[in-house]
Amino acid sequence: MLEFQNITKIYESKKKQIVGVDNVSLTINKGDIFGIVGYSGAGKSSLLRCVNLLERPTSGKILVDGIDLTKLSGSKLRIARLKIGMIFQHFYLISQKTVGENIAFALRAAKTPKNKIPTKVTELLEMVGLTDKRDVYPGQLSGGQKQRVGIARALANNPSILLCDEATSALDPKTTLSILKLLKEINQRLGITIVLITHEMDVVKEICNRMAIMQDGRVIEEGEVYDIFAEPKEPLTKEFINSVVSFEIPNEILKEVNGQVIKILFKGDVAGEGVISDTMQRFDVKGNFLHGTIEYIQERPLGIFIMELQGETAAVNEAKHYMEQRGALVEVIEHV
Amino acid sequence: MFDFPYFISMLPDIWKAFTETLIMIGISLSISLIIGLPLGVLLFVTDKGLFWENRFVKSIFGFAVNIIRSIPFIILLVALFPLTKLLVGSTIGPVAASVSLSVAAIPYFARLVESSLRDIDKGVIEATIAVGATPWMIITDVLIPEAKSTIIRGITLTVISLVAYSAMAGTIGGGGIGDLAIRFGYYRYDDTIMISTVVILIIFVQLIQLIGEQIAKSIDKR
Repeated sequence: MLEFQNITKIYESKKKQIVGVDNVSLTINKGDIFGIVGYSGAGKSSLLRCVNLLERPTSGKILVDGIDLTKLSGSKLRIARLKIGMIFQHFYLISQKTVGENIAFALRAAKTPKNKIPTKVTELLEMVGLTDKRDVYPGQLSGGQKQRVGIARALANNPSILLCDEATSALDPKTTLSILKLLKEINQRLGITIVLITHEMDVVKEICNRMAIMQDGRVIEEGEVYDIFAEPKEPLTKEFINSVVSFEIPNEILKEVNGQVIKILFKGDVAGEGVISDTMQRFDVKGNFLHGTIEYIQERPLGIFIMELQGETAAVNEAKHYMEQRGALVEVIEHV
Repeated sequence: MFDFPYFISMLPDIWKAFTETLIMIGISLSISLIIGLPLGVLLFVTDKGLFWENRFVKSIFGFAVNIIRSIPFIILLVALFPLTKLLVGSTIGPVAASVSLSVAAIPYFARLVESSLRDIDKGVIEATIAVGATPWMIITDVLIPEAKSTIIRGITLTVISLVAYSAMAGTIGGGGIGDLAIRFGYYRYDDTIMISTVVILIIFVQLIQLIGEQIAKSIDKR
């Protein structure tokens, strides 16, 4: 378990203080894939770097399985770091060492017996699918392959936590997916807790089970990814959700609409279309679909429909009430 | 102008002068590598934000390096006579000249090493800190290998500077090519010796540059 307790990070520059992280408390459970989302400058990177003390928080505690890392220094901190792997946007491999040597470096840091290193390197290369690249220098690898080496290096000492600092932001969409798949596999097979920061909502939707949204150094919203996708509360959260699940309806179309426009949301197993057709039959309203989609988040469907309801106000209200009773979330969208 | 038979007759003297130059450069280069490399590393790792950040050490060594670097070599040469006498027992000859050459070359090479290390992406160093590596591992396995190629170029530059300095050292008793050029070419208006020493030095420097560049390129895996 990883806990942030009242973490604050203040950067002192010549004349002013900049608050990078502002009193953040978060609990990340064992086995979570936890996504921290925010625009650049929101403090997510600083927060992540506090975990392995690449940056020391100005105040607060970082608890890993109950041990406060901020109390450690020197060799004790180094030993604690062996159990926290980290991968980076720009990979940061040692360019003058082969893939195999880069991984062996991490093993040597943990004082792995010399004769055990080659087999361990082989195992790690197999896990990330780079067995044939052992004697190649990083300069000859593609971005995705470099990140795989980074992952192998990060996992060398069987960490309990893997930190991902914008790990897929420098990769193309296809490579991003393959890296995310690998991370998910690692999470499931080895039970490693993954904390990742990103500005890409797609990444979170793809692999995270829990998430937090950061703005101006603070966590403004956190919870299960599914719940946040279904019912985002903060404007910034909505903005991020809209970047992957967008419901822009052209003004041209809205102009023609004279009934009430509503957004209907079905969570999980509620069969959306069934509820809507039942509603149309029971009440004297006419429905007109403007938009609709079913997103799968954490393999759970999330149905979102936008429709126009025409009819008497009373009937429309009853229809909405009925849909709510059947488990839908109904929201009226204002339009001109 | 150039008297070829005379040049042939002078070959043994030229060869002797050249070996003296090689001795001066050889000794002072070895010493400056042995002391300058660790000093350069120290200057780098004690800098702000690095794992051995230490303002006190950084400023003491940085100051000492700057002091030596700001003294003109010809003055340093004379000023170090007492030290040379103490270490070698004499102030004449290539070995004696190596003392002041080393003193001048150490800070020069150390600064070159420091700037080579500064070119390494900070992220690479950070990634190895995150992996839990010891400072010693980071120095020997990350900093030096990553900067290897630019350090080789630094060695090339140091050798070339030493060639120039050794000529100066030669004039006040060090011997070598520079001494020969001054004694014959300057004091006796001996064009043949002047031209041959200049040509030898040009070829020598070109060769060092070429070899240095080749090595630097061949070991770089980027």
